[in-house]
Amino acid sequence: MIRLVAIREIRALFASSLAWIVLAIFQAILAWIFLARLDAFLGIQAKLQNILNPPGVTEWIAAPLFSAASMIFLMIIPLLTMRLIADEARNQTLTLLLSAPISPAQIILGKFLGLMAFLGAAIMLVLLMALSLLLGGKLDFGLLLANTLGLVLLAASFSALGLYLSCLSPHPFLAGIGGIGALLGLWAVSFGSGSFFQAVSPAAHFERFNQGLVDTGDIAYFSLFMILFLTLSIWQLEKR
Amino acid sequence: MDTPDPSLVLHARDLRRSYGGRVAVDGVSIELRKGEVLGFLGPNGAGKSTTMRMLTGNLLPDSGKVSLCGVDLFEQPLKAKEGLGYLPEIPPLYRDMSVDDYLKFAMRLHRAKTDALAETKARCGLADVGKRLIGSLSKGYQQRVGIAQAIIHDPDVIILDEPTAGLDPNQIREVRTLIRELGDRHGVILSTHILSEVEGVCDRVQILHRGRQVYCGEVGGGQQSIEAGFNNPPSVDELAGIEGMASVEALSPNLFRLHPVKGLDPTESVVRLASERNWKLQRISPARNSLETIFAELTREAS
Repeated sequence: MIRLVAIREIRALFASSLAWIVLAIFQAILAWIFLARLDAFLGIQAKLQNILNPPGVTEWIAAPLFSAASMIFLMIIPLLTMRLIADEARNQTLTLLLSAPISPAQIILGKFLGLMAFLGAAIMLVLLMALSLLLGGKLDFGLLLANTLGLVLLAASFSALGLYLSCLSPHPFLAGIGGIGALLGLWAVSFGSGSFFQAVSPAAHFERFNQGLVDTGDIAYFSLFMILFLTLSIWQLEKR
Repeated sequence: MDTPDPSLVLHARDLRRSYGGRVAVDGVSIELRKGEVLGFLGPNGAGKSTTMRMLTGNLLPDSGKVSLCGVDLFEQPLKAKEGLGYLPEIPPLYRDMSVDDYLKFAMRLHRAKTDALAETKARCGLADVGKRLIGSLSKGYQQRVGIAQAIIHDPDVIILDEPTAGLDPNQIREVRTLIRELGDRHGVILSTHILSEVEGVCDRVQILHRGRQVYCGEVGGGQQSIEAGFNNPPSVDELAGIEGMASVEALSPNLFRLHPVKGLDPTESVVRLASERNWKLQRISPARNSLETIFAELTREAS
């Protein structure tokens, strides 16, 4: 049942122009950043060799690429999650799901996993771009793996938050704006000094993955974030 | 809790629901048997759709119970919903899917047998449009897809909320024939505000007004009454004394509603006595559409 909902969601995403446009913009921006960083790296490569412990190609190109991807996710995930429930409620298609022998938890998880499959494809594209550097040099696979894991967790958390807002709001547009606002707010929190702000903001936790640090605390943070909003979504759907 | 009657495919007790202080549904109970079409009648805003949403698990009632085939909808929702097909007022269609894909999705969602697709499509007149996108279909076809979605898994209870709304007269006739057919094997609840639809299709009718149930009875089962007007009216007792008469109501000094004993038609006796006793019969006719009279009386605004 979860798979059924997820597959329908993926098909609906790929049938809509929104998903393709989002994917194209995502890829275009990252490609630009990738090439710009590559260019800069080639320019200073000679000088770097004189330094002790010079930053490698992964640190110089791949890590900023993933960092940029995380910022773009902040803007596009709310656009993708906003329709998940709110749109179905508006078009009355939610009725089909709610009167079928399928639980709210299955609906929410199906939708979440469907979207995650789509975002997984987007992350794969980033990863492939980074892996293309293998053509000309060596990569720090540990750093790359930490970044990928971080981006997946970040995407999952943002999606869960967006999904919850989509359950709450009567109009997809509201859910989208609310999602971008909430995520920007959480990002801005990381500018606050003090350990509390650093602990709350996803940006601070992602930064450690970005530096290649895989910490169980950070994994736990994203997992809790995700579980919290998925649970709230299920509650919200049950209450309807 | 009383044990539900096993012949009931749907049993709702005392459903109540209010929206922010305004009571939408106030103590509605419904019983539905297999092989029966129940008409759910009421003026717009009477609470028909709200009731149906509660029966299908789309809306939680403030109080009351619903059981489908003896399974409590709120305690075991998944099991209860297995035998339920629902067409809401606005058909729940994914416009970006083809008819076939959509119906297959609905089928899997309800864990239906996989060979039901072709049969259901033929039944609903959708055989030729399987590959078309739902969004590109006309309103009539969309409505049919909505009906197909509700019956594809052969549910015991089929709930249709204004299934003929927005259709042309030919389509309305087709849909009514289909509903009548469905009523032979399933339990069907049909909501509408079209009286002729209820008379043509339903076995029983339940009338809602302002969230309350104001009438519940058989369609056509009640004896047809007769309206008679006299210029020189006899007394009520005199009329009631006529053979085959169950009771008489005086609508005005000159106009009476005569309720005959079941199976008897005293019209001829009335006409004969009227001329014999010089009551000056002015007119005599079957009371216009008994359901319409009931409906009009019960739902008249108390303004």
